[in-house]
Amino acid sequence: MSSDPGSLPRRRTRGRGWAAVGWGVAGVLLVAILWEVYKFLGPSEGVVIGAVEGEAGSGVLILPRTHDRAMPHVWSMLIRLGEPTSGGATPPLVVSVAQAAVMTLGMAALGWLIGVAVGMLLGLAMQRWKLVEWGLLPWIVVSQIVPLIAFAPVVNVIGNQIDRSGIPWPQWLSVAVIASYLAFFPVAVGALRGLEAPDRIHVDLMRSYAAGYWSTLVRLRLPASVPHLLPALRLAAANAVLGAVVAEVSIGMRGGIGRMLIQFAGQASSDPAAPWGPMFGSIALGLIAAGSVALIGFGLTKYRRGEAAA
Amino acid sequence: MTTDTTLAGTASTGAALAVSASGVGKVFPAKAGDVTALTGVDLEVRAGEFVSLIGPSGCGKSTLLRLIADLDEATAGTLTIFGKPARRARIDQDYGIAFQQAGLLPWRTVADNIALPLELHKVPKPDRARRVAELAELVGLSDFVDRYPDQLSGGMQQRVAIARALAASPKLLLMDEPFGALDEMTREYLQGELTRIAAETGAAVVFVTHSIPEAVFLSDRVVVMSPRPGRITEVIETGLGPVRDEALRETPAYFAKVTEVREALHGAPTQRANER
Repeated sequence: MSSDPGSLPRRRTRGRGWAAVGWGVAGVLLVAILWEVYKFLGPSEGVVIGAVEGEAGSGVLILPRTHDRAMPHVWSMLIRLGEPTSGGATPPLVVSVAQAAVMTLGMAALGWLIGVAVGMLLGLAMQRWKLVEWGLLPWIVVSQIVPLIAFAPVVNVIGNQIDRSGIPWPQWLSVAVIASYLAFFPVAVGALRGLEAPDRIHVDLMRSYAAGYWSTLVRLRLPASVPHLLPALRLAAANAVLGAVVAEVSIGMRGGIGRMLIQFAGQASSDPAAPWGPMFGSIALGLIAAGSVALIGFGLTKYRRGEAAA
Repeated sequence: MTTDTTLAGTASTGAALAVSASGVGKVFPAKAGDVTALTGVDLEVRAGEFVSLIGPSGCGKSTLLRLIADLDEATAGTLTIFGKPARRARIDQDYGIAFQQAGLLPWRTVADNIALPLELHKVPKPDRARRVAELAELVGLSDFVDRYPDQLSGGMQQRVAIARALAASPKLLLMDEPFGALDEMTREYLQGELTRIAAETGAAVVFVTHSIPEAVFLSDRVVVMSPRPGRITEVIETGLGPVRDEALRETPAYFAKVTEVREALHGAPTQRANER
């Protein structure tokens, strides 16, 4: 077993894993340091060019303001996380952020699942029938140009109508559907590319075994699509979070982190460190979503072996 | 019922022939006009016979192999494999095939790659395991069955591909330049192995190559082909006997056949001085 050549690259990967964590931490620290350095050196009212004397808000701001209301200290943001959410006996901000994040994560996860299912079906259909690919692929690309802000209320209205007609359609379902609208795209494209990834020789080989569509799909196309699908799934996860946050805001749903972002941003002049709570929360959300998908990849390592170099 | 009896009838008369082609042609339709890849091919390969197809690129040798394998359909003539239409023979798994690239599935171990055709034809697991062990032994890879293709050398990968082609015990082996991407040493070694394996399994082999010495060393007959349009120009019986070992490569009879095939390829006797 010691002669297993597979063990060597794996150890190297683990070393690279720790290095990656180190670089990640260093990157976050660097951003925090840059923030504080600029806040210390930069002019309190920023740098404005072309301002007209006596006219408030004129000119173009080319360097941001550095006073505490515009740029709170990094430590104030962190301290604020531990303070009550909105004064009094309300729970600490970090707890509220976590609760909101969990809610958004749930909707994003559902959106991701719907998106992956739809994307896979589209990918399968497009691979199976060239005509479907020609007919559908341009529309799939066009679908992503429609702004989510315009599309979200439409889904909400349709959802409300369904709800009123007797079939329960809660608001979170609308959010999930909107999130899935962003999530399905990378999956559909990735699945199509992945399913078409097998070499001609492999397809010929399956034909020579008189293997039908389903055997070829299960034994060749799906395994071969894994290296294309994993990045697509990760992209879909990030898109689903983004979609869920934007959807919450645009249909006015309460309880999620998107709503919280807007609410606290409105109070920023009196409580400048507070909006950073949900902001950190949504960053964490994106990382958790993408990280969970990366976990799927660990179970599929054997499908990610490089094509053997002859 | 009628079709059954006719099929059985042709099968019994053509039983001694692994491949029988008469007047076979293949035209690929193209925008700039049809391309004739093959025309008027008459060829018979007896059961257990080793036949090489040789010729410059574009002579249709790979196309002919693909027609026999029913990976493409002939546009003219009749082609039967063990007395059956090529399509039937493919569905019945009458042949095994290997290409220039080993074409192993990178996510499957050596054993699982060899087992792929058996798996697809629902061979029960214990039988499968037994057959895989046999084949790994035959190609000399018993110690490597748990490895993945990326952990093997090119020559070893090609041996796995040969084992996989032999998995369903076909009586016909189709090989499209299987040693084309290998270095000379590995190549000569595998040529020796292939003649041994072909003799042990008793399978007929149709072998596409562009190497003259390879064709002569391996074959009972060398089919020389010519391009534009792809056709057979000459068939040379090597008459080198059943034993193909390294000593054969040094014999005058072998050299004479290499010269004969070369001359057939060039269409005219080449000058002696150019040969050395």
